[in-house]
Amino acid sequence: MREHHDVVIVGGGPAGLAAAVATKDAGVEDVVVLERDAKLGGILNQCIHNGFGLHTFNEELTGPEYALRYVDQVAERGITCLLNTMVVDISGDRVVTAVNPDRGVFTMDAGAVVLAMGCRERPRGALNIPGFRPAGIYTAGTAQRLVNIEGQMPGRNVVILGSGDIGLIMARRMTLEGAKVHCVAELMPYSGGLKRNIVQCLDDFGIPLLLSHTVTCIEGKRRVEAVWVSEVDERMQPIPGTEIRYPCDTLLLSVGLLPENELSRGAGVTLSPITRGPIVDDSLQTNVQGVFACGNVLHVHDLVDYVSQEAATAGACAAQFVREGCAPAGRTVAVEASGGVRYTVPSCVDPNRMAAKQVVRFRVGDVYRDRYVSVYVDDVRVSHRKKRVMAPGEMEEVVLKRSDLEARPQASRVLVTLEEV
Amino acid sequence: MYDVVIVGAGVSGCATARELARTNACICVVEREEDVCCGTSKANSAIVHAGFDAQTGSLMAKLNVEGNALMWELAEKLDFAVRRCGSLVVCTSEEGIEGLNELLERGRANGVPDLRIVYRDELVQMEPNISDTAVAALWAPSAGIVDAFGLNIALAENAAQNGTEFRFNVPVENLQRREDGTWDVCLGDGERLHTRCVVNAAGVFSDTIHNMACEEKIRIIPRKGEYLLLDTTAGSHVSHTIFMLPTKMGKGVLVSPTVHGNLLVGPTATDVDDPEATNTTREGLAEVASKCALTVANVPLREVITSFAGLRAHQAGHEFIIGMPDDAPGFVDCAAIESPGLTSCPAVGKMVADIVKDYLSLEMKPEGEWVDRREGIPLLEGAPIEQWAELAKQDKAYGNVICRCRHVTEAQILSAIHRPLGARSLDGVKRRVTAGMGRCQGGFCSPKIMELLERELGLEPKEITKCGPGSELLVEEGGERRA
Repeated sequence: MREHHDVVIVGGGPAGLAAAVATKDAGVEDVVVLERDAKLGGILNQCIHNGFGLHTFNEELTGPEYALRYVDQVAERGITCLLNTMVVDISGDRVVTAVNPDRGVFTMDAGAVVLAMGCRERPRGALNIPGFRPAGIYTAGTAQRLVNIEGQMPGRNVVILGSGDIGLIMARRMTLEGAKVHCVAELMPYSGGLKRNIVQCLDDFGIPLLLSHTVTCIEGKRRVEAVWVSEVDERMQPIPGTEIRYPCDTLLLSVGLLPENELSRGAGVTLSPITRGPIVDDSLQTNVQGVFACGNVLHVHDLVDYVSQEAATAGACAAQFVREGCAPAGRTVAVEASGGVRYTVPSCVDPNRMAAKQVVRFRVGDVYRDRYVSVYVDDVRVSHRKKRVMAPGEMEEVVLKRSDLEARPQASRVLVTLEEV
Repeated sequence: MYDVVIVGAGVSGCATARELARTNACICVVEREEDVCCGTSKANSAIVHAGFDAQTGSLMAKLNVEGNALMWELAEKLDFAVRRCGSLVVCTSEEGIEGLNELLERGRANGVPDLRIVYRDELVQMEPNISDTAVAALWAPSAGIVDAFGLNIALAENAAQNGTEFRFNVPVENLQRREDGTWDVCLGDGERLHTRCVVNAAGVFSDTIHNMACEEKIRIIPRKGEYLLLDTTAGSHVSHTIFMLPTKMGKGVLVSPTVHGNLLVGPTATDVDDPEATNTTREGLAEVASKCALTVANVPLREVITSFAGLRAHQAGHEFIIGMPDDAPGFVDCAAIESPGLTSCPAVGKMVADIVKDYLSLEMKPEGEWVDRREGIPLLEGAPIEQWAELAKQDKAYGNVICRCRHVTEAQILSAIHRPLGARSLDGVKRRVTAGMGRCQGGFCSPKIMELLERELGLEPKEITKCGPGSELLVEEGGERRA
């Protein structure tokens, strides 16, 4: 007989840990976390700056401290965690195949699976930045690992392309380690990171943020020798004559994060072309029965607190799935995005099952000032809330009330949209 | 004194070395880069061409068809990846069919087997994603794809197994012929290698090397080709190598699966002056992105994971230069090996080796004193899980995944480092076991591989390179830290 576990959680980062705790707390004893690294905590372990946990713990923690809170909770509950364990396949009927040094290749049947694999950084190649391919080009996260975990310096004279949060954090980190950060160039006319990171990581250190700029050439055959930065026009094409050459030895890239859904795809999970994460319902279940998703594998978050919240929901729902089996198909109401809202998570809800106050998370596609976030149930507007500023770099949320759907039993669609004041 | 010094450790040099290593010759391969397969051999289309392109009667045509015929058995013996996926030359107008017929006739005259023209209905069956404008195609079932790194490394390792010496990071500065007809090969590190014979397999530098030895000069024009490589998620977008029939509008780009499961699109063709100009350009990459649509619909360019450029060793006559120039006895050219050089290399190696054997009257080693086979490093990505399970049972290091995108384990990386001519850099590891070649492009595994290189080779962190001296990945600590 094959090994069986009630809930198998793939990934031991913030999402996986919070999901494990919630699963156990929902009464499922047999939970196992599979983590590919030698340590629990995921990418938080290299995020040694503070600013984590304001929402969850009401205090400012570093990444490792935040992770430790959950590692402790997992330990207190006696949850099994297999480290150095890489999941290589998940089948549509929830057979999980993994490999580690002690057990080699092994398989387990899962009553439910929670996908919590996180995301990866877009590499240089995905941007088609022309030039040579020398040493000295790192994604910001790789540089962060080298500096904070390995204790190594990847370079001394740095240009950063992309103003994602990790890039902003690394601008400050490299500066603190004695490097000169010449600038952060951002293709878009707005930053992809949190406002607070722009203030605390760039402004406070006098590092210029060049909006509507991109890297147009990398010099250096062996090691980066210089990087050319140009301004771009409205169509994002470099404007001739605006080039600036920065002699430097390092180019860091912070140009977007992509959910790591290779395993999900193998399991037959349908992915959203917008988030590149699974399409889920209010229980965070994917189209594959008993397979749930949470955290950055579902959609890229900017605050870990929201990852933890979302993962707790996924864990509790996975537990419910195991306890009660597959619920009969209830009514499904689609949740759709329009008018500047790029996507919603979840993308459908079951009015009989959803929380009384269902949180719907989304991102906008541009910078918007003084707009209403409106929610319609069919053609009836049920909520209308003004936001002063919204930007693609910051995740937004609205609350969808169950009562609004219960009051309209024929409704087939919820729409989240932006409206002018 | 050496019998033969081979300049260049690309596929031509290594194929020649492997052939000569079966003789009693004392051989040294000198390479300016830190590893084998660092020039033209590493950055090309990785196609095993059928052989209908080159002019009938040319050396190119002959060696292409011979090389293709030899490739499959060579792959079996030396354990590198090939796949005979066949190629299609697609034409997008009725007038083009004439051009296809010309290629067909030329191919048959060159000795290419099984060529046939397929028309739209059959073509769509073979390639559902073929462009709406495709009318017909020349189908060459004998064409295929190859792991260019694997081929080059396998040839080199097998030559090394049979006693060939390799020296890396040594550019050749000069060649001097002594009065007794022997040669001094002057290296960049000041050393002089004394040899009876020199083979010039220096790729885009083969004119420089040739011109050191001969009065009649040659000129290589580095011809740049830029490529886009797509993720394995796009790898089955086509199942054959798709070429475009050149038209008045120009030459298209190929769209091909790779043996590693990716999709490759390219190349451009731009003549450049600098034999080291392997930089990609904005225009070049844009050209590749737009031209692939001429033959294949909906190429998912969003899945691009990297781009690169290679330089072909083109010469104006567009013909391989193989042979001993009259004024330089003991000096053998294996120059201007441009496409289809990769396909041709098994035949090129034999031809060059035969010239050297004749000149030096070399004798074959007795049967049993050389090995014909070489065992590669198993790749796990795409292999049956049972194979992985078996390996992991025997060696725990097969259970330690280092490169998550391509499922490369510690065991494979250790093998890459410790086998003969082992990897000494990130790129060296990458070319041997594909670690870092996946969708994250080494973002996650680079620090781990750096640690393994450090531990296994006894290096300081700051000595670890991407691709040899000058490409150090880390800098000295220190500088002015801020509190």
